[in-house]
Amino acid sequence: MINLLLFPILLPFFFAIILMFFPKKRFTQRIITIVGLLSTLIAATILLITVKTNGIQAITLGSWPAPFGISMVSDMLSVLLVLSSTLITLIVVWYSFTSIGKAREENFYYPGVLFMLTGVNGAFTTGDIFNMFVFFEVLLMASYLLIVLGGEKVQLRESIKYILVNIISSALFVVTVAYLYSVVGTLNMADISVKISQLGQPGIITVIAVLFLIVFGLKGAIFPLYFWLPSTYAAPPIPVLALFGALLTKVGVYAIMRTYTLFFTLDQSFTHELLMIISILTIIAGCIGALAYFDVKKIIIYNIIIAVGVILFGASQMNEASLMGSIFYLIHDILIKGALFLLIGVIIAITGTSNLKKMGGLIKYYPMLGWTYLVAAFGLAGIPPLSGFVGKLLIIQGGFEAGNLWGGIVILASSLVVLLSVMRIFIYAFWGEPVEITPLTKRHYRGLFTPAVILVGISVLYGAGSEWLVPYMSDAADVMLNPSQYIQAVLGGA
Amino acid sequence: MEIVMCFVIGFLFMAAVYLMLSKSLLRIIIGTGILSHGAHLLLLTMGGLRGSAPPVVSPGVTNYADPLPQALILTAIVISFGVTAFFLVLAYRSYQELETDNMNLMRGSEDYD
Repeated sequence: MINLLLFPILLPFFFAIILMFFPKKRFTQRIITIVGLLSTLIAATILLITVKTNGIQAITLGSWPAPFGISMVSDMLSVLLVLSSTLITLIVVWYSFTSIGKAREENFYYPGVLFMLTGVNGAFTTGDIFNMFVFFEVLLMASYLLIVLGGEKVQLRESIKYILVNIISSALFVVTVAYLYSVVGTLNMADISVKISQLGQPGIITVIAVLFLIVFGLKGAIFPLYFWLPSTYAAPPIPVLALFGALLTKVGVYAIMRTYTLFFTLDQSFTHELLMIISILTIIAGCIGALAYFDVKKIIIYNIIIAVGVILFGASQMNEASLMGSIFYLIHDILIKGALFLLIGVIIAITGTSNLKKMGGLIKYYPMLGWTYLVAAFGLAGIPPLSGFVGKLLIIQGGFEAGNLWGGIVILASSLVVLLSVMRIFIYAFWGEPVEITPLTKRHYRGLFTPAVILVGISVLYGAGSEWLVPYMSDAADVMLNPSQYIQAVLGGA
Repeated sequence: MEIVMCFVIGFLFMAAVYLMLSKSLLRIIIGTGILSHGAHLLLLTMGGLRGSAPPVVSPGVTNYADPLPQALILTAIVISFGVTAFFLVLAYRSYQELETDNMNLMRGSEDYD
């Protein structure tokens, strides 16, 4: 089964093509989407076990020798991300059955979701920098469809901004690849890493490193480049928002982590210092936004920005504890952001508004929802038995080991702000004077609440079982610390 | 030759940035078109402008142009075609719905909805 690592990319692609033949048959669409995602999930799980037992999986398409063809590489980091993206997509699709509505379902919603998963899984798996650009475009095109599908005024207005920002960042990506190609003369990521270490990272490579930070920072919403994210993410319906919030920025974060641990390792006093400063500023900017709004969507959206900052701070420290913590936190954040968006989707469906000041007293009618939300909120802030704890602990430990006390303290303080911001939702929406609500039918409520509660359950298991996950995470961090393993797997003995 | 191309590309980027900072949506889309032209020309230039023969295998020719950047540009061109087509239709739809092409009027606040 040497092609195993292509299955998480090919399966959603294949099922998306099938779905495009009969857009009006909603029931068949749903069944086939679920079958496609379940088979992708199984393939990703088998791939995870294979990578765990046999080490990094790499193939070069078309049997060309390694630097000449397109390499696909699955190390522990990428396979963990592929598995969690597929899982989150499966649960969001389940949630969409109840919430997305007939009109969108009949207009290629499910193919859009599957194409986006194709792009996301491909971007996580590829070992070629230009191929990564192509997979970025695949997921971006699908996300343009998903953000504008429905054609409401607010969606049209915000998708113009979203598309414009992404066109500019894609053009910058092409420009950066052009510069890198003219310096090193290759596109294979392992080969680029070898060539850069032979050159000893001259100044121009450091410039390219900063250009990559700008490109991926525009996708991943880091400090001065996050301006587009809060308003555009508030536009699409909740399941699409959950997919975007859980996956799209994480692809940018993954790309920064990959390039900064594989390519640009020789001038860390400049590149990684810059990354650290920017990540701390990102955390602060996100904290300000999370406290400033009384809109439940906006609060969680600004929490995405905080999480991006925390993960990148871990990635910038370049020691084992912090990298392991980043990976723990990355997966945790994919799960918990999905769960939180689905939960506030339920709240918005019940109250009919996203304004906190118009909510109140929900705990009287929906106690289960309230307590589930509380668990998710504690998980996000990193209360010990839950999922956010281990990652943040390791990141802060890594920061202290590297001597960056202030960074660690900012992250600790940001946890308090995160907790405050999500507890505000709990206090306003669930406590206080009950307001007039239109109760959902039992069936509708169950359709929305069950996927959300399962996702919260998975994140609780993730937190409680972190002991079992440590070997996987340390494998992933090990490859990032020693890129020679990655290079060895792709280029063989050369 | 490369230095001339660099100046031309720099001019294209300058024009693109200027157009993308303007108010009218159509000017912005023209700006993105020019931006992608600049990026594609830069790919070609950075691959090196050496080699006189086109990269098609023919007997007796050794001095080929670098084939890789041409393949990359071809890929980037069709991708930007797709995105630009989508963007143009989106601009048309939003002109119908929002009845403006002025980016300053497309704000998120209640007054402009």
